[in-house]
Amino acid sequence: MTSFSGKAISWELKDGVLELALHREPCNELGTESLAEFEQLVAALPSLEQHAHALIIYSRLNSGFSAGADLRETYHRTQNLDRAAAAASIRESLERTHHVMNTLDATPLTTIAAVHGITFGGGLELALTCDIIIADKTARFCFPELRLGLIPGFGGIPRLKRDLGNAVVRDLLLTGRSFNVTKAQQIGLVSQVVAEGQALRVARATAAQMAKFDRRTAAAAKKFIKPIPYDELRREIEIFCDLFTHPAVNQGLKKFVESTDALPYLP
Amino acid sequence: MRTQQQTVDEILDLAAAQFKVPRESLSPEDDFFKKLGIDSLQALSLLTRLEQHFNVELPDYELQGVSDFRTLAERIQARL
Repeated sequence: MTSFSGKAISWELKDGVLELALHREPCNELGTESLAEFEQLVAALPSLEQHAHALIIYSRLNSGFSAGADLRETYHRTQNLDRAAAAASIRESLERTHHVMNTLDATPLTTIAAVHGITFGGGLELALTCDIIIADKTARFCFPELRLGLIPGFGGIPRLKRDLGNAVVRDLLLTGRSFNVTKAQQIGLVSQVVAEGQALRVARATAAQMAKFDRRTAAAAKKFIKPIPYDELRREIEIFCDLFTHPAVNQGLKKFVESTDALPYLP
Repeated sequence: MRTQQQTVDEILDLAAAQFKVPRESLSPEDDFFKKLGIDSLQALSLLTRLEQHFNVELPDYELQGVSDFRTLAERIQARL
């Protein structure tokens, strides 16, 4: 299958570049539907890898790359469950999400996230699976999870620790503040900053450059310089599930879901 | 060094241009959520543009509870 058109994501393999588009309104919230379609991508990836050298992930929506996990769906799915059942439900979806993220992280393809606008929470975690992040000037990044009594759950902390300095990671996580592309490039998160609306074009140009390199060499280099922190990723799931059973989380999610405030993204 | 009035004026210019409202319809005391009809995502987009324009970093938690242009200008002025 060289192309797929879903409700949340679509992909197409063309000239050795696999382009994965996110297009679930309002801002590519990652929920059950998205996860199922990502799992289809992961299942197709071994075959696609035979014909591709690069993967580009981008959003078709003006609002941004992704606002992260679908918190409304999470709240509605778990609010009537007892704590143990809610934790089990969350664990199941986290295990599946980690499988997707880890597969994208480890693919021998050279991966590029072309981001703009809101790149928050799980959306940032998805971008962090990529080898290179190219961002336009509208991009804004954030790990807001602590505001809800949680930590990032899609592999964000281990990947941030792998890629950035620990002091930066503490700042981003413990303040939960959002930051712009200038800051993102200063701390080493973003490799290229481009004009508004140019991230995908530059990502395509970058992928075209990579087509000149021997695939086996590029894959070997990637494997050498980009270890997957599996042990920490496992620990993240455990910590997340433990935190999720605390009443404060349900209260935080309820406040977010029921908010009529103008700032639901800044709970 | 900009004066606070200059900062306010530049914020109003940027907001008017970004959200395509007449500049003369905006005043410093306006609630920018109501006046511009924007949601939180759009407010963050405005924040990004303001940070780039003034070359400052403004943590969003400093803006919690801030909804008028004049107070927004004070927060930015404090980082110039």
